[in-house]
Amino acid sequence: MTPLELDDVLDVFAPLRAGAPGLRGKVVAVRPETTESATIVVRPGRDWAGHVPGQYVRVGVEVDGVRLWRTYSLTHGPRPDGCIAITVKAIPGGVVSNHLVRRAKPGDVLQLDQAQGDFVLASPLPSKVLMVTAGSGITPVIGMLRNLFSRSEPVRADIVLVHSALTRDGVIFGRELRRYAEQGLITLHERHTDADGMLDVAELGGLVPDLAERTTYACGPVGLLDALEAHHTAADLPLHVERFRPVVVPVDAGDGGTATFVSTAGETTVEANGATPLLDAGESAGVLLPSGCRMGVCFGCVVPLREGAVRDLRNGELTVATPGETGPDGIPIQTCVSAAAGTCRIDSL
Amino acid sequence: MTVITKQPVNPTAHLSEADIEDIGRRLDAIRQSVIETRGADDAAYIRKVVDVQRKLELASRAVLLGSALPPLWVLGTVGLSVAKILENMEIGHNVMHGQWDWMRDPKIHSTTWEWDNASTAEGWKHSHNEVHHTYTNIVGKDNDLGYCIMRVDEDQRWYPAYLGQPLWNFINACFFEYGIAAYDLELGKNLRTPKEKRSEEFKRRASNTLRKIRKQATKDYLVHPALALPFGGAVGALTANFTANLVRNVWSHSVIMCGHFPEGVETFEKAAIPDDETRGEWYLRQMLGSANISGSDFMHLMTGNLSHQIEHHLFPDLPSNRYAEVAPQVKEIFDEYGLTYHAAPLPKQVASAWHRVVRLSLPNGWLETTNAKNLPSQLGLLWTMATGSKAERRKAQKLLDVRAAA
Repeated sequence: MTPLELDDVLDVFAPLRAGAPGLRGKVVAVRPETTESATIVVRPGRDWAGHVPGQYVRVGVEVDGVRLWRTYSLTHGPRPDGCIAITVKAIPGGVVSNHLVRRAKPGDVLQLDQAQGDFVLASPLPSKVLMVTAGSGITPVIGMLRNLFSRSEPVRADIVLVHSALTRDGVIFGRELRRYAEQGLITLHERHTDADGMLDVAELGGLVPDLAERTTYACGPVGLLDALEAHHTAADLPLHVERFRPVVVPVDAGDGGTATFVSTAGETTVEANGATPLLDAGESAGVLLPSGCRMGVCFGCVVPLREGAVRDLRNGELTVATPGETGPDGIPIQTCVSAAAGTCRIDSL
Repeated sequence: MTVITKQPVNPTAHLSEADIEDIGRRLDAIRQSVIETRGADDAAYIRKVVDVQRKLELASRAVLLGSALPPLWVLGTVGLSVAKILENMEIGHNVMHGQWDWMRDPKIHSTTWEWDNASTAEGWKHSHNEVHHTYTNIVGKDNDLGYCIMRVDEDQRWYPAYLGQPLWNFINACFFEYGIAAYDLELGKNLRTPKEKRSEEFKRRASNTLRKIRKQATKDYLVHPALALPFGGAVGALTANFTANLVRNVWSHSVIMCGHFPEGVETFEKAAIPDDETRGEWYLRQMLGSANISGSDFMHLMTGNLSHQIEHHLFPDLPSNRYAEVAPQVKEIFDEYGLTYHAAPLPKQVASAWHRVVRLSLPNGWLETTNAKNLPSQLGLLWTMATGSKAERRKAQKLLDVRAAA
């Protein structure tokens, strides 16, 4: 932001205008879905390029003044009012999800990225489709279904949805899904873990006798998706999966880790212990890094952490960059007072 | 004042090593308490200041379109001056310190901010954040001590040229942004270097600075007057921009003088600073080398909270809106360890800083030993020192030293 750029002055008045640097969106409605989830309807900036149902969007949210990025599936197809929607389930201890579900309100401004992801229905639509979802894994699929059923021409495909959730009341979009089933648009198999136990992939054949004829779309917890992949690969069946939180950044116990410095010229990897500033670790391996006071005062050494975890040597505070989630520019860190806290990738000169 | 290690009684002599490390630990704890409570309110604060600044600047520039009418000229000029001061002091300076980096908003970030000033953010961050804040008040290392053009410490040798320093200081105040730009580039040193020997780095930074000055001048002195031309306000807009820049320059120069130049603020000897200076020792140097300005909330805002210079130097990366809250805790540490916490209202601090500039423009001891009665003979002595040979100057200085000691 600078008084020299017209854009920054215009941002004060029209943050959603075409050509604004950085795509933003304004929350227009927050609708509770279950006690633990809510749908956030957002009017995206004029530069929003549209999306295909099933895709996700990266969202930058300010929580306690800090901008944090997460990805959420878009739960509507393209809407006539031009808005987009995400549905968020508050996970225990989830800083961003709890903020969005419980504290987001109309008028809030969110940072957006363009829609991404290849978890979309094939075109033309296969005649027989199986959707396997669990928990908030329903979110990309509801977008697909809503889009299909809002079209003027009737849907000819035979769609089976197997959905697992903890309780009946905890099924996000439960009433809407049951209505689709009553209208004969889909065949719905609900599985409530509290009463029926966990969904076992081996049971699928019993629930869906013509499983072998179907193209499967699945989204849910890692365990379910892994089992499904193993099952479908063994049976040689077509499968599309969407994995949420594909990467969990491992954090060390204080003994450092592997730091990789990335520049246009190449990469240098060093083993850095938990007490050595990354600036020193990089320099002793011959990496060119910006530097200044070397005591955390001048901010002359700030470079982006692309992924991984670092620890502030002054107070032990962790900074974690998660691929696919952290903003496009990484998280800027001060290398002179940060040590590796596990594996990390950092930009160098 | 002279570097602390040459004073008759070193103001830190009563502190043990353990005391100094204890001070460090207590200041670290204050810092951590602010970091732990940094949050939405602080973010809202800086966004509000940015928002107000943008709107004030735009509104003032709009009013100045009609600056053919004198009341509108006055209103617009006042508004633009305040807007420019806010941008440089409470926003630009503090954002470039990384005070708001924790928000992870790339728009309000030390790596991306460019300010409404002739000096580039890059040059400023080097000379100010890195050199000045690390080597604060170390004679010969911290160029902010006199900006290489002034004598601000007894230990800097006196030359007759320093007699002009009150004038240089006044001119520097009026054109402070250009002074800063030249200073960031170490222009004096680099211009003395033959052209072919100047570093590529200097050439790159010099061309960036020139480009920036051109853009700044285009905005203030061409585009804005051109926009006002149809309303007959071109000349008014031009003079208003010039005045606002002048006001901003004099104001920021005054505030910055108050930070380190008032009488009583300590300076340090390069040789006396250990290579492995501890965090406690660094903190102690910041405590002794800075002075605060007391005043209203509005005054704190307009100084970019540099009125809390002591707290700023201890914690340059904490959000400026939190300095007021930690100031009493910091003062308590000063009191407990018998250190002097310099704080006074702006006029007093400005006068004190100017007194130092004037006093040190003269040979050591001259001002102190001069009174109405001996003025003619003192002037004669000064004349000898200003025009005489080195030997004569040395002899006269000895005389002054003896008189001052008596």
